[in-house]
Amino acid sequence: MSAAVSINSHRFSEARLAEIAELVKRYPGAQSALMPVLYMAQEDFGYLSMDVQQHVADVLGLRLMQVREVVTFYTMFREKPCGTYLLEVCTNAGCMLNGANELVAHMCETLGIKVGETTDDGLFTVAEVECAGACGGAPVVQVNHTYHEKVTPETMDALITQMRADGGAV
Amino acid sequence: MIPSDPKQVKQICFDRIDIPDVNTLAVARKHGAYAFLPTVLKEFTAAKIVDEMKLSGLRGRGGAGFPTGLKWSFVPRNTGKPTYLLCNADEGEPGTFKDRDIMRFDPHLLIEGMIMAGFALNVRDAYIYVRGEFLHEANVMNEAIREAYAANLLGENILGSGYSMHLTVHRGAGAYICGEETALIESLEGKPGRPRFKPPFPAVEGFYRCPTVVNNVETLATVPAILEHGGAWHAAIGVPNNTGCKIFSVSGHVNKPGNYEVPMGTSLKTLIEEYCGGLQHGSVPKVVIPGGSSTPWLTAEHYEAPLTYDGMIKAGSMLGSGAIIVMDETADLIAVTRRLAHFYAHESCGQCTPCREGTGWLERIMIRVENGQACAEDIQVLSDAATHMAGRTICALADGAAAPILSMLKHFPDEVRARALGKAA
Ligand SMILES: NC(=O)C1=CN([C@@H]2O[C@H](COP(=O)(O)OP(=O)(O)OC[C@H]3O[C@@H](n4cnc5c(N)ncnc54)[C@H](O)[C@@H]3O)[C@@H](O)[C@H]2O)C=CC1
Ligand SMILES: Cc1cc2nc3c(=O)[nH]c(=O)nc-3n(C[C@H](O)[C@H](O)[C@H](O)COP(=O)(O)O)c2cc1C
Ligand code: SF4
Ligand code: FES
Repeated sequence: MSAAVSINSHRFSEARLAEIAELVKRYPGAQSALMPVLYMAQEDFGYLSMDVQQHVADVLGLRLMQVREVVTFYTMFREKPCGTYLLEVCTNAGCMLNGANELVAHMCETLGIKVGETTDDGLFTVAEVECAGACGGAPVVQVNHTYHEKVTPETMDALITQMRADGGAV
Repeated sequence: MIPSDPKQVKQICFDRIDIPDVNTLAVARKHGAYAFLPTVLKEFTAAKIVDEMKLSGLRGRGGAGFPTGLKWSFVPRNTGKPTYLLCNADEGEPGTFKDRDIMRFDPHLLIEGMIMAGFALNVRDAYIYVRGEFLHEANVMNEAIREAYAANLLGENILGSGYSMHLTVHRGAGAYICGEETALIESLEGKPGRPRFKPPFPAVEGFYRCPTVVNNVETLATVPAILEHGGAWHAAIGVPNNTGCKIFSVSGHVNKPGNYEVPMGTSLKTLIEEYCGGLQHGSVPKVVIPGGSSTPWLTAEHYEAPLTYDGMIKAGSMLGSGAIIVMDETADLIAVTRRLAHFYAHESCGQCTPCREGTGWLERIMIRVENGQACAEDIQVLSDAATHMAGRTICALADGAAAPILSMLKHFPDEVRARALGKAA
């Protein structure tokens, strides 16, 4: 969630537009660049508001509907803002067998929120996710897509304390 | 270094995995990466490569076990259209985490395998479709690709051979179904990942309706060893019809979970006891899911079964992606099944009615079963719905969704009944 500068303009910078032009050349058709461009938009603008989606459509020469279909199909594209730290706990089989549910309960209690909610200070969102493809390190928690493996309630508490201290500067 | 005597081969894809910094080109090259590539590009013909691949007996490591050489031979030549190579690095099957290690530790192995495959198939543009969560792995791959371009291992006129190939990493965004090859293709075209009917298979009509080969990371990472040592060499590892080594991702109730690459034919028991440090509780597992959450369960009866495609079918399951989920006597099988039902309901793409509706029913009934609030009829519906979903849909997700339910009902009918009707502790 860098480049918060452009958060109000909702327009890609010239540098980004140049990057996108290069990216499009790597595919047989411009629509293939849609997902990578949505990731860029999410990075630059925090989340994919309708305004941002329209901008992406315009940049790639697509219809808004084509962008909406993709944004709503894939879980990693967000239409709403979330906490500075997105804590995603895998609760699928491998992690469940190694204490993931207990870990989620512990995190929710520590943070005073339910799964899917964000703390009042806007720092933390807790989510349950599907198998993260790292089951050998169960239970697995992704913090803004950085993997933490073999997480215990104690190591999670330490991580939360650290993130609080960092005060939201990701 | 991989031994040239097949009898001594224990690992292929993980041969270099423990070497520090082998993700960098300099270190990878010191340990043999790209050493044989010039020979392939200058002395091998496409036909020879496909023949060696056929001879090797390599079967697709993504789960279906389709012979790789045969798949490559199905790609039509001279259609006037480009041929594409797509590496399937979506790795979404619960229990599977092997491709991640190849990518983050030895990315040059995958790149080398893709160059060789691309050369055999006359591919100009190749892509690696990585699940969105693997941001770190995508970054490691991108850095390795950048180094490979700088060393003229990728790009135009590779090593002066006249062959050119471009390689791009493309991130998915959190949809399990995009691991199914035709959904992957739709996704790479910038659309929702909804599987297409097969046939036509991608080999004939795939990415932008052009001939396309989709192969798993582990499959492609095996190619360099096969071409360097020969198809016959690979065929002598493992057992007939199930050749080579295989990476098994072992998770659940074992003391040392992780990825282990072993020759095909190693028994389940050997893998769990000698490699994974045995079970957390007890001496025999209650349930083993041998090939990822979509494959039927095995019980103690098949503990000594050989880990091969054929061996797992004989035991009543499938080798799948080699994702072994082990549950000991402490496991709550019903809670696990309910969790998997939730997974499939969440991941169904929704275009086939039996799958869209069926996965929802299975989850709702499993919640009642888990909480002891079901009736006898519910158990019948569970069984009927699961039975009728399998094999009646566009892709195999529906079969995968049915597998845990049918396995639970088959192996533990009394436990299910007692729990469902609220009679269990
Ligand atoms: N690795 C993972 O994360 C996951 C793996 N799977 C595995 O996927 C498997 C199912 O995969 P599918 O692609 O549906 O299997 P499939 O049997 O339809 O195809 C396997 C491969 O062979 C090719 N093929 C088959 N017949 C062909 C023909 N006549 N001509 C040309 N090509 C042909 C297909 O294009 C495909 O690449 C399951 O067995 C499961 O184990 C499932 C979920 C996740
Ligand atoms: C629902 C579903 C999900 C799949 N997910 C993956 C996956 O994540 N990775 C993979 O390699 N194959 C996956 N497959 C299998 C692919 O469709 C395809 O068979 C495979 O990529 C072919 O490569 P291979 O021949 O090298 O195994 C999946 C299949 C289904 C039905
Ligand atoms: S079986 Fe399910 S996931 Fe597969 S195409 Fe049909 S609805 Fe989609
Ligand atoms: S089950 Fe949690 S990472 Fe696979």
